[in-house]
Amino acid sequence: MTMLKLNSAAELEALRAKILAGRDPAKPCIAVCAGAACDGMDSAAVACAFLAEVGRQQLGERLELRTTGCHGYCERGPNVVVTPGEICYFEVAPADVPEIVAATLRGEVVERLVYHDPASGAKAVHMNEVPFYKHQTRLLIGDNPKIDPMKIDDYLAVGGYAALIKALTEMTPDQVLDEVKRANLRGRGGGGFPAGSKWETTRNAPEKIKYVIVNGHEGESAAFMDRAMLTGNPHKVLEGLIIGAYAIGAQRGFMYTRHDMPLLEKHVRNALAQAKEYGLLGENILGSGFSLEVELHFDVGIFVSGESSALMRSIEGNAPEPRPKYVRTSVSGIWDKPSNLNNVETWANVPQIISRGAEWFTSIGSEKSRGTKLISLSGNVVNSGVVEVPMGTPLRTLVFDIGGGVRDGKTLKAIHFGGAMGGSIPARLIDAPLDFDGMSKLGAPIGAGGLLLMDEDTDMVEVARYLMDFLTKESCGKCVPCREGMQQMLQTLTRLTEGRGRQGDLELLEDLVEVTGLGSLCALGKTSGDPLKSMFRYFRPEYEARISNQAANQAADQAAAGSGDTK
Amino acid sequence: MSEIVLNIDGKEVAASAGMTVLQAAQQADIHIPTLCHHEKLEAYGGCRLCIVEVEARGRKSYVVSCLYPVEPGIVVRTRSEKVDKIRKVLVEELMAHAPDAPELVRLAEEYGADRHRFDKETSFCVLCGLCVRYCDEVKHKNAVGFIENGAVREISFIPEIAAKECWSCQECFTLCPTSYAQAAYLLTEALAFPGRREAHSHAHAHATPEPERRVIPITPVAATA
Repeated sequence: MTMLKLNSAAELEALRAKILAGRDPAKPCIAVCAGAACDGMDSAAVACAFLAEVGRQQLGERLELRTTGCHGYCERGPNVVVTPGEICYFEVAPADVPEIVAATLRGEVVERLVYHDPASGAKAVHMNEVPFYKHQTRLLIGDNPKIDPMKIDDYLAVGGYAALIKALTEMTPDQVLDEVKRANLRGRGGGGFPAGSKWETTRNAPEKIKYVIVNGHEGESAAFMDRAMLTGNPHKVLEGLIIGAYAIGAQRGFMYTRHDMPLLEKHVRNALAQAKEYGLLGENILGSGFSLEVELHFDVGIFVSGESSALMRSIEGNAPEPRPKYVRTSVSGIWDKPSNLNNVETWANVPQIISRGAEWFTSIGSEKSRGTKLISLSGNVVNSGVVEVPMGTPLRTLVFDIGGGVRDGKTLKAIHFGGAMGGSIPARLIDAPLDFDGMSKLGAPIGAGGLLLMDEDTDMVEVARYLMDFLTKESCGKCVPCREGMQQMLQTLTRLTEGRGRQGDLELLEDLVEVTGLGSLCALGKTSGDPLKSMFRYFRPEYEARISNQAANQAADQAAAGSGDTK
Repeated sequence: MSEIVLNIDGKEVAASAGMTVLQAAQQADIHIPTLCHHEKLEAYGGCRLCIVEVEARGRKSYVVSCLYPVEPGIVVRTRSEKVDKIRKVLVEELMAHAPDAPELVRLAEEYGADRHRFDKETSFCVLCGLCVRYCDEVKHKNAVGFIENGAVREISFIPEIAAKECWSCQECFTLCPTSYAQAAYLLTEALAFPGRREAHSHAHAHATPEPERRVIPITPVAATA
């Protein structure tokens, strides 16, 4: 199909009408998840088996096949969803394919492949009955099973780019900015900084050349929701970026991501090319007079690349070393021009805020944290996967209702949020609501949204050592407190875990946490001690026990050795 | 340039817009310790020793003065319990690598740093980057650079460039607070292009004498009173 550039909103709506007219909602569609986890479980073989079966029986007229991005329920992949009805099949193998095809054609369900409650054996056939899904509010990720990320038409079919039309044709840039500000959309990358204020700073900065950036680096350990979002529905993120660029007055955008995710690269490259072909990027978008070019950039395989100032250095072509942000990047960023950076999920929220309005958006979530949040659920949890819930949802819902609780019937010990620079809270705080400020106060800031469950067997000293080991390797090494302070913390923690603790080690760690936090150049160093802070707050006895036991043992050893000598 | 008045250690100090707090302090003869700073080089903010306490718009924060721009009305404290503690620990951390570097010894004395607080890992380099940045920004040669990151970061001379450029320059040697730059260069020479001395005496026996070592003063190490 050759496509001509769309010159107006009307032409885009006409195209959408044509796409929808060509689709029969009653025609069964089988969607195979090709998200990272399902792909790892060879969902490609399942997709190929469907293709072969449909080809063999020449069912093309009666059945749609779609390969999609992440559906969310990674634990039970490969995932297959059949519409209409959103019938969910789990752990599908190529051998199951003929049966699914036959049942689908007959309008029946393959009972053995649907969800069975592990305790009661009760069945759940449709997505809205499956416990993992039914407690979620999937505003951002919910379209993933409906979209082949390589097809812009699939995105248009679910209403894609309608928000862009609204912004360009019915709203001034100021109105768009105002809508996002009133929605109180807070940055999903970790800081929770109000996106609208950031946009406004960039918009008001005197320089005429301005940039907008999607931070798709997602280096936070145990975080994989941005990848699911950007790989599974790249146009949603791109639409948000274009709308943001319009509000801010930027002429150029960057999508910055990791070099080691080939599927993501393929989908984003393709999305950019398709958007350009349709005239949704480039000169005079939809005849509005607004122009924007967007490029894809990759990291060099280092965690700190995701730090905003390091990311901008990287786009400039320099080594990704952070710069101090005494002047904000929204005023002086890439090539010293005002540069507005938001993370994937933040941008993905923009289209719905424009389409449905700030009032609608603020009706979801908690008072100071609006909207939904994507969470990567992993660790000792029964159901790992990508989850989306309204802000303010109690952690209990995430852990037990959605996550299915702790694996192997064990007891929950701690909940860790925010990756290597996050924090751990004890199980007794399970009723805390998922909220930027509330979780920060508890010492486990949401960060980008990686939630790690730890069971009763978890050694909290080892957890801190493990996280510090990760950060030490990821520090760029430019500033002394981060490079040296973390190294010293790691050595001390290693001593503790190896049974070589010394009296004064906890005080030493506290000193290092404080100095590294106050003295470091960028957020990596500044927050590197945060896990330890939470450990000292909630799990201090575990650390103290290490010291006293070890000190006692060592003293005993020495005494034994000493007495041996005298004999 | 507009005049900006700020307060440093209780003293009203005038500065021009665009200056850093460190520059303003130096201009007013107020000493702030530095290790990675050099007036010929772009401010780096690596050693963090020039950290100061700043009160701006009612908020207290800790910033490095070599990068923090002057603002009207801000109150700067170059010493405080917290500032001194940060400097003390930073010096202790660096002394694990270069326990006898004269500047560190001086700073240890001033801030009560315990040179044995951390287990020694004598790499001698404190990674201030003076050699790397001087070679890049002033000499435009990039004969020495950083390799690796985090705790395993080190400086490394690039043999192909070093063989051509370094012998006649050597300006970074005197910038180095630990003399490690010189050692690293000589090691590179020994490993990658040995025989320079011989080649030199044969080829240039009657030509140019070995260049005099130019000494670039390290500023502002300005001795503490």
